[in-house]
Amino acid sequence: MSALLETENLSIAFGGITAVDQVSLAVSPGQIHSVIGPNGAGKTTLFNLISGLYQPSGGRVNLAGEEVTGLPPEQLARRGLSRSFQNLQIFFRMSAVENVMVGCHRHERTGILSHLLALPNVRAENRNSREIAMAQLARVGLADLAEKEAGSLSYGALKRLEIARALATEPRILLLDEPAAGCNAVETEEIDRVIHDVAKAGIAILLVEHDMRLVMRISDEITVLERGRKLVSGKPDAVREDPRVIAAYLGTFGSEEANRA
Amino acid sequence: MPELLQFAFSGLTVGAVYALVALGFTLIYNASDVVNFAQGEFVMLGGMITVFLHLAGLPLPIAAVAAILITVLVGLALYAFAIDLARGSGAVQIIIITIGASIFLRGVAQVIFDKRFHALPAWFGSEPIRLGGAAILPQSLVVLAGAALIVALIFLMIDRTILGRAILATATNRLAARLVGIPVRRIVALSFALSAAIGAIAGLLVTPITLTSYDVGTLMALKGFAAAMLGGMGSAPGAIVGGVLLGLAESFGAGLISSKYKDAIAFLIILFTLFVRPQGLFGKRSTERV
Amino acid sequence: MERLLRNRWALVLALALVLAALPLVFPSNYYFRVAALVNIFALAAIGLNLLMGYAGQVSLGHAGFMGIGAYAVAIGASRFGLNGAVAMLAGAAIAGLLAFLVGRPILRLKGHYLAVATLGLGLLISMTLTNEAGWTGGPDGMAVPRLELFGLRLRGPDTWYMISAGALVLGVILALNLIESPTGRAMRAIHDSEIAARVVGVDVAAYKLKIFVISAIYASIAGSLMAFLNGHITPDGTAGFLRSVELVTMVVLGGLGSVLGAIVGAAMLVILPQALTIFHEYEHLLLGLIIMASMILLPRGVIPSLLARLRGGGA
Repeated sequence: MSALLETENLSIAFGGITAVDQVSLAVSPGQIHSVIGPNGAGKTTLFNLISGLYQPSGGRVNLAGEEVTGLPPEQLARRGLSRSFQNLQIFFRMSAVENVMVGCHRHERTGILSHLLALPNVRAENRNSREIAMAQLARVGLADLAEKEAGSLSYGALKRLEIARALATEPRILLLDEPAAGCNAVETEEIDRVIHDVAKAGIAILLVEHDMRLVMRISDEITVLERGRKLVSGKPDAVREDPRVIAAYLGTFGSEEANRA
Repeated sequence: MPELLQFAFSGLTVGAVYALVALGFTLIYNASDVVNFAQGEFVMLGGMITVFLHLAGLPLPIAAVAAILITVLVGLALYAFAIDLARGSGAVQIIIITIGASIFLRGVAQVIFDKRFHALPAWFGSEPIRLGGAAILPQSLVVLAGAALIVALIFLMIDRTILGRAILATATNRLAARLVGIPVRRIVALSFALSAAIGAIAGLLVTPITLTSYDVGTLMALKGFAAAMLGGMGSAPGAIVGGVLLGLAESFGAGLISSKYKDAIAFLIILFTLFVRPQGLFGKRSTERV
Repeated sequence: MERLLRNRWALVLALALVLAALPLVFPSNYYFRVAALVNIFALAAIGLNLLMGYAGQVSLGHAGFMGIGAYAVAIGASRFGLNGAVAMLAGAAIAGLLAFLVGRPILRLKGHYLAVATLGLGLLISMTLTNEAGWTGGPDGMAVPRLELFGLRLRGPDTWYMISAGALVLGVILALNLIESPTGRAMRAIHDSEIAARVVGVDVAAYKLKIFVISAIYASIAGSLMAFLNGHITPDGTAGFLRSVELVTMVVLGGLGSVLGAIVGAAMLVILPQALTIFHEYEHLLLGLIIMASMILLPRGVIPSLLARLRGGGA
């Protein structure tokens, strides 16, 4: 299977510190590829590079065989790449379903003059986007909360709302930044199910997650980052047994996990 | 050549006043995130109160000191009865409160004083000093020296005293400052008092040159705000550089291009500076963390 | 959705009814004049609220666009012999074009920097109007020729009350339509999180620009109407910094992100000074106090605070 998303030697430096250092990885359609590593390893920075929020200082990003290095996020979204955020980025003053309807934006075709005049085609489009948004909300189990103001939803629900919003863009690849962080066991299970379901639909998934049980359970492939560099990459079982990974985790991450427990 | 010197000198004089107003903006902004559009009224009060206390028979120096003290009380009152009550409101709401305060203070000045222009005598006479073909008012030198002194004092205070450290800590991280026992609200009140004093002194310094009236504050606030943004909001050196640059831009713009459009030229320069450096000259670029 | 739609039209209907009923109780032309001013400022405030309350971008120079609209009808009619209505459209086009040209670099700025840049833009416009005395009559302003439409000379505050009321209702309808459209969702999304809007494909810069242009056109039309109503215009009265501040205050006082709020805010700030003139020299003092007090007591604005109370939600 050919890769949908590839990074080649992707790098960025902030004031002399190389936060991401020559990282190469590949994700294929339907594959779940996890990026793990201690805090500060550069996982979120890698996501910000791939999704166009930061300009890389070296290397390249390919999406479906085309180079997209440094393209702004809105253009990447049009090419089928969307993401969720570690720190929630929710449209708090809009209802849950409206949040997801914004995700339909790239498929909406009517112009601003029609919007001002509320022409019939706009009303049809509004209805259509709402239907798509409702379907995505149902997909992540939030259909009941559709009309609630997003600001009033629980943390776990907002995590899933972000996924629904990203799915509404009909992505070919989805970047999920710690979707289960701060979620309870039930919510984590729900997110596990959603990720599986999305991958099964043929969407490539790049995942950053601290919940190791979740990662080991659902990943097809794992890349371990340490201090911005790729330490190891491979199947979950191989990564789990790798002495370098164990060393890295016992050093920093193990104690942190213990603190969390 | 003499003209250029003349432009530079008048630009520096006006710029020094803008710098003081901008410094007042910056002090309050750093302590509290409040953009205080009543800052210009402090300048007006400094001048107007002195004029009227002097007319009432007080000797000038005493009238001036009294004017500064009264303006400081006004600054404290603004904090206690308006800003402090609106804690937790959004930035736009607070700006509108300070605009309301500036309209209010103008209204008060118009009732207590009058709507005419008033002058103060120059501190050391008004015989121009000739320098390289340019005529310089002695009062201009007073403005420059006074502004330099205030700036030096403020920087010394922030750098050398415990109080200054507390102000700095509050500006850097309000929550952390509170956690280590700094009385943050008192520090914010103090920043209002200091800004009021700086504004009043600026008014005292400049009134002999530019005259004063109940409504000079609006333009002062506008220029001071613009200078602070040009320098980079929250940067004290930026406020001073911004103020001086704005003064020079106006002066050279008026002299070399068009006196009618001097404010326009100044704002064009600000616009282009911000297009190139959206965070102002000395401002820190903020990276969004996600 | 159905309920929302009904609410939207209920608001328009209620507004139209009130505007139609008011003349029945107006005792004199003075009331028509003040009410027409309310309509006109409400129109400008609604446009500004789209930018500030919905898209979250502040403008401290919006009166500049009112000035363009006002001077377009005055200059268009007196210097180019244009029909007033045509001149009004030309003014709207000029305001929109200017907003389009300067909007992109200005709207890249954030927060206070955006405030100072828009302030500068407004100042540049009012300064041009003040200084190009050959065209504009300078600081003392110029007369505005009466509008003639279909052979009728439109004059008198009652006529302009009707026209401005019609314009206001139209402005409300268009704004409400926009808010509930893909554009409206995009701009509200930008307000809450630009980054999230971008990763789902919203071209943030393009949308900010579109809303800026629309709000400039609202202000320009309002400026033209004000010129026709007053018959005489000055740079400070139409485009000055204090006018810009007034517009922002209307929006925030009435309620950011509320179309009805913009109307209420405009009514408050137009009627208050009129009412306060009986206090003569205490007018400004009281106006300042009232602005401060209402902002301290109702920081979210009149209409949102009222809605929250009706729902029984304290927060």
